[in-house]
Amino acid sequence: MSSINRHAEQRSAEIISNKKIGAYHHMVFAAGDMAAHCRPGNFVAISVGGTGSSMILRRAFAIYRASDRGQYGGTIELVVAPHGQGSRWLTGLEIHDVVNIVGPLGTSFGIPTEPASALLVGGGYGSAPLFGLAEVLKERGCRVDMVLGASSAGKIYAPLEGKRSVNSLTITTEDGGAGVKGRVTQVIPGLIEKHGSEIIYSCGPMAMLAAIEEISSKEGLLHQCAVEEAMACGIGICMTCVLPVKDSSGVIKMTRSCIDGPVMDGSKVIWDSSRKIPEGTWGFNG
Amino acid sequence: MDNQFQAFDSRCKFGGKYFPSPIFTASGCAGSGKELSQFFDLDELGAVVTKSISVKPRSGRATPRMAETPSGMLNSIGLQGPGIDQFLAEDIPWLIANNARVIVSISGETIEEYSSLARKLRGVAGISGIEVNISCPNVENRGMVFACDPVASRSVVESVRRNVGGELPIIVKLSPDVTDIVSIAGEVISAGADGLALINTLLGMAIDIDAMRPKLAGKTGGLSGPAIRPVAVRAIYQVHAAFKNTPILGMGGVTSGRDALELIMAGASAISVGTANFGDPTAVTRIKKELIELLKERKFSSVAAAVGVAHEK
Ligand SMILES: Cc1cc2nc3c(=O)[nH]c(=O)nc-3n(C[C@H](O)[C@H](O)[C@H](O)COP(=O)(O)OP(=O)(O)OC[C@H]3O[C@@H](n4cnc5c(N)ncnc54)[C@H](O)[C@@H]3O)c2cc1C
Ligand SMILES: Cc1cc2nc3c(=O)[nH]c(=O)nc-3n(C[C@H](O)[C@H](O)[C@H](O)COP(=O)(O)O)c2cc1C
Ligand code: FES
Repeated sequence: MSSINRHAEQRSAEIISNKKIGAYHHMVFAAGDMAAHCRPGNFVAISVGGTGSSMILRRAFAIYRASDRGQYGGTIELVVAPHGQGSRWLTGLEIHDVVNIVGPLGTSFGIPTEPASALLVGGGYGSAPLFGLAEVLKERGCRVDMVLGASSAGKIYAPLEGKRSVNSLTITTEDGGAGVKGRVTQVIPGLIEKHGSEIIYSCGPMAMLAAIEEISSKEGLLHQCAVEEAMACGIGICMTCVLPVKDSSGVIKMTRSCIDGPVMDGSKVIWDSSRKIPEGTWGFNG
Repeated sequence: MDNQFQAFDSRCKFGGKYFPSPIFTASGCAGSGKELSQFFDLDELGAVVTKSISVKPRSGRATPRMAETPSGMLNSIGLQGPGIDQFLAEDIPWLIANNARVIVSISGETIEEYSSLARKLRGVAGISGIEVNISCPNVENRGMVFACDPVASRSVVESVRRNVGGELPIIVKLSPDVTDIVSIAGEVISAGADGLALINTLLGMAIDIDAMRPKLAGKTGGLSGPAIRPVAVRAIYQVHAAFKNTPILGMGGVTSGRDALELIMAGASAISVGTANFGDPTAVTRIKKELIELLKERKFSSVAAAVGVAHEK
């Protein structure tokens, strides 16, 4: 037996709830024992389209919340953006419909051993895993400040109950429809200064993560980010989800974001590497 | 007692080696084996066919490397891997310690690279065979893919045979992107192949109409999954018709026991499962169970008895 995805299992999960909230669907699945093993940052992979579908690959979704006891036993909650065919099929399902789910998968956010001041930054549905993280950080005595950004107000996912575990919440929208007009990166330096942030946790589009890393390295902060790369399998067997990452000895390797991520150390990722292999990457010969 | 179950023979044979199950993983579709072992015991498989391994480490191609297509996917991984030395030091011992039978897939850019890989594998204890992936560009011949050139295909197989000795079965994996797959098969069989693996992916492309450029960074990619199954069935049928005594490891879009049986009836002696593992981590164990049930329902007493039956009707 290996240590990769040690708690992962494949199972059927019944939909308990499916509610449209702004641009997203908040979906709850009865997932039994799987829920007990989910950590903030982990994701699940769900089959879409039903039996005989022409969509042969699973879709990955960050776990928004997991609870191992309740009326329905263990539950896993997701925030799904109806985007293409697969996510539209999923968000179109009804209560009592059943999906096939594999999880929990991937790495989770590292939690500081001593109370620290943490800044959590989410873009779009990238806020999903941050609320569970905020709860854990809060329990450990950390200060938790959160910034959520999106193009417009409907794409900010910030449920009331989630707000309880943060000390402050800042919202940015590119169209100015809610909060500060602009991007998350405009408000981050000010928040770091104001709250004495020591570590940044982020989840969202790759360009946003890259911009946050730039700020974080300038300020000398730790930065844990959850990346999103196209994944065919989600379990480490296809090598499609790779990105260039420095290993412990500084060698750049094409690294699987599904098992060595999605949560990675932002300072180790070689950003802006879409459509090219960075020079010096292990095994690269031009 | 279920006598029928007791009697059923699910073995298959390549060269001098028997494999207890007819379901294998396809090269490049099972990671290092470790990743799948979370979902089932690897000794359920006939064998793990490893990702194609090269002489030196390879970073593979840039991303995006993947695009989902109707009932299939395109990939341009570009043979990412650690190179043969690290592979033999790390991956192989782990597989053997975990009771997996192992077929090592090799790929080279020159005949000399294939020879050198074969020499390194010759003395390795515990491996059960070599799959020779010849769907690679031949740098000595303007990048023309070995598998598309009968002469180059023959030279690769001869050099592997010479360097590996007589013991390990050699299975040669052919590309369907050729005009006459039967003639290529004939060349590699006469050069010493014990079996054939049919089929590798088909070359394809998808374009992002918003970005107005190919979806894959590598532009073209290999098409796999159910979309290519009819091509696999055709290739296996044609090659089996011409070379009844050469066992075929069939693959291409197998997702169920029914699909596996279709390839077996066309002439495959065993089946590799590739893309289906991505959608279903326990695909191989499910397919094996379904296949054996279907064979029993049809009163076959062994997998071997069903091989090529579609040629008889
Ligand atoms: C680790 C991870 C976490 C995710 N979390 C969420 C989440 O919480 N909520 C949510 O709504 N979506 C999430 N996604 C995206 C989700 O997996 C789907 O890609 C998205 O729903 C679109 O799928 P579709 O079938 O609707 O779209 P389509 O465009 O029809 O199909 C998507 C296909 O493109 C692939 N693909 C190409 N580029 C990317 C990319 N950059 N990222 C992901 N897939 C890509 C997918 O694998 C899939 O095969 C996450 C993705 C990853 C990798
Ligand atoms: C992601 C991916 C990687 C692959 N890598 C290899 C490889 O390294 N060597 C090889 O011979 N074939 C490789 N293949 C081809 C498969 O082994 C198989 O021949 C093909 O995908 C058809 O089977 P399938 O439809 O069941 O996937 C790869 C296929 C995929 C999808
Ligand atoms: S998605 Fe297949 S290896 Fe990561």
